[in-house]
Amino acid sequence: MDDTIIEQIVAPISKSSSPIVETVALSLKFGRQVVLKDISIQIPKGETVAIIGESGCGKTMLLKTLVGLVTPSAGKVIFDGQDIHTLNDREMTRLRKRFGFVFQNAALFDSMTINQNVGFPLRQHGVPRGRQAERMILDGLAEVGLPSDVALKKPSQLSGGMRKRVGLARALILQPDLLLYDEPTTGLDPIMSDVINELMLRTQKRYPVTSIIVTHDMHSARRVADRIIMLYPYSRLKPGESQILFDGPPDLLDTTQDRRVKQFVQGEAGERLMEMLTSRGHGDLETPNLHDSIAKKVTLEE
Amino acid sequence: MAADPFPHADSIPGRLINNLSRVVSAWGGVVVQGLTTLGDISLFTFQMFVWMFTTKPKRETLMPNFYAVGVLSLPVVALTGTFIGMVLAIQSYHQFKSIGMETRLGAVINMSLVRELGPVLAATMLAGRVGSAMAAVLGTMRVTEQIDALVSMGANPIHYLVVPRFLACMLLIPALTVMADFMGIVGGYFYSVIVLGIDHAQYLQKSRDFVGGFDLFSGVFKSVFFGATIAIVSCYRGFNCQPGADGVGRAATAAFVQSFVMILALDIVLNLFLDGVYFAIWPSGAKLF
Repeated sequence: MDDTIIEQIVAPISKSSSPIVETVALSLKFGRQVVLKDISIQIPKGETVAIIGESGCGKTMLLKTLVGLVTPSAGKVIFDGQDIHTLNDREMTRLRKRFGFVFQNAALFDSMTINQNVGFPLRQHGVPRGRQAERMILDGLAEVGLPSDVALKKPSQLSGGMRKRVGLARALILQPDLLLYDEPTTGLDPIMSDVINELMLRTQKRYPVTSIIVTHDMHSARRVADRIIMLYPYSRLKPGESQILFDGPPDLLDTTQDRRVKQFVQGEAGERLMEMLTSRGHGDLETPNLHDSIAKKVTLEE
Repeated sequence: MAADPFPHADSIPGRLINNLSRVVSAWGGVVVQGLTTLGDISLFTFQMFVWMFTTKPKRETLMPNFYAVGVLSLPVVALTGTFIGMVLAIQSYHQFKSIGMETRLGAVINMSLVRELGPVLAATMLAGRVGSAMAAVLGTMRVTEQIDALVSMGANPIHYLVVPRFLACMLLIPALTVMADFMGIVGGYFYSVIVLGIDHAQYLQKSRDFVGGFDLFSGVFKSVFFGATIAIVSCYRGFNCQPGADGVGRAATAAFVQSFVMILALDIVLNLFLDGVYFAIWPSGAKLF
């Protein structure tokens, strides 16, 4: 899709410096396992932030904590001046009208048609009904490039890319202030990944929306984000280190001196495989012969 | 590898103490787990009641559940009810004939059906057909983040998913029980009167003499509790499903097994209660146990 065409369609959005969402010393633990520790981030209105990091570093949990799907062990999440974890059910329901969440596998309701899935937030919040709602649903589908004939299909009849786009249409239907994407391009072919990237860019330009994108896809992160935050697994940090290894514009990623950030950005295993092989009690490789042969192979390659 | 909390002792008493400690620790773990689950289910049920009485469920969530529980379960309940009635006739006939009381077969079959087999059979079929499906559906929704999606769009999953299933099971199981009772009575009559040739008038007269309104009521009354139990256990299992296909399978199996055990345990308690009520109302009534 040509960017110049998008520029003609949409009006530019002014970005504000006041944060719409902010975390203050946010920590999350499951039993003894620390997932997030003292995460403090401020995200201004209209900004698009990509949160990157290896699997298990707590990216998705951070995203879910931001919209109240997971309760933090300590710290605060402040959305538009309100600590969301102190709100009661009714206040939280009202606030959720201002969030849109695009789930990793779209999380469409299997029992409903596409029409009903996209219209769910409208029905839930009672705005609007009847023909106007139908019009909004069809417009929402058209915005993500889906024809009106998918409206009566079930999610199981659609491809992965189409389901993701339906998920995006559902998240956008109430024109939320905060849009969260959980690995929007994971599992898609390169063309469909780029379609999703384009749709994210288009959305940013169409609405005054703040976006947070959790992704492994560096191409996608560089393409759509104004700012990149890299998280690192807490269990791998040295004492006293921050879990946020990088926080800045995408251009600065290439000039960073942190080896761990470089390794992730360039997609290099480095010492990680040897670490896994030599770690005691590693569940995947308990057979001694297999362990030895892989270790030898790695040594030879090095 | 985690450090062994009970390091080996060289002496025989040391080893004995170690082994004993392991057994106590393992049983302690089971007890703690059991109490935690009980607390969790109680909280889950409490939240469900709060939502049920404070927010009206939506028609779009009620109707599909009422249809699945009531309409779609009806044929299988009717069929199994008929078979049970016939089996009772086959099993009892020779014993009753040997003492010359085969005309009382109707009383025995119909009493067993309306007081015990009808409600338990309807509940068992519901637990197998609907309960495990509920656990599998909710478990899949949990695993595929559909429950998170509901929450993120401002819907409460207990209000949206659990309350309609609970109402469907609790309100429609009496109808299923009455159907199981009726078809069982028809099956028993058919085998006794048509196949075995017992006198039609005497069969019906003896049934009428022994089976009363309270017997029918007690069966239907018990079924309401069975339906509520099936819905709560199945929804709880679905909501607490472990990830993956294995997790969903386990949730569905656990929903059926635990519902069934709970139905039989509840049956004992409710029978004792109902007999207490019966004798309080009719003190001269026949002693039942």
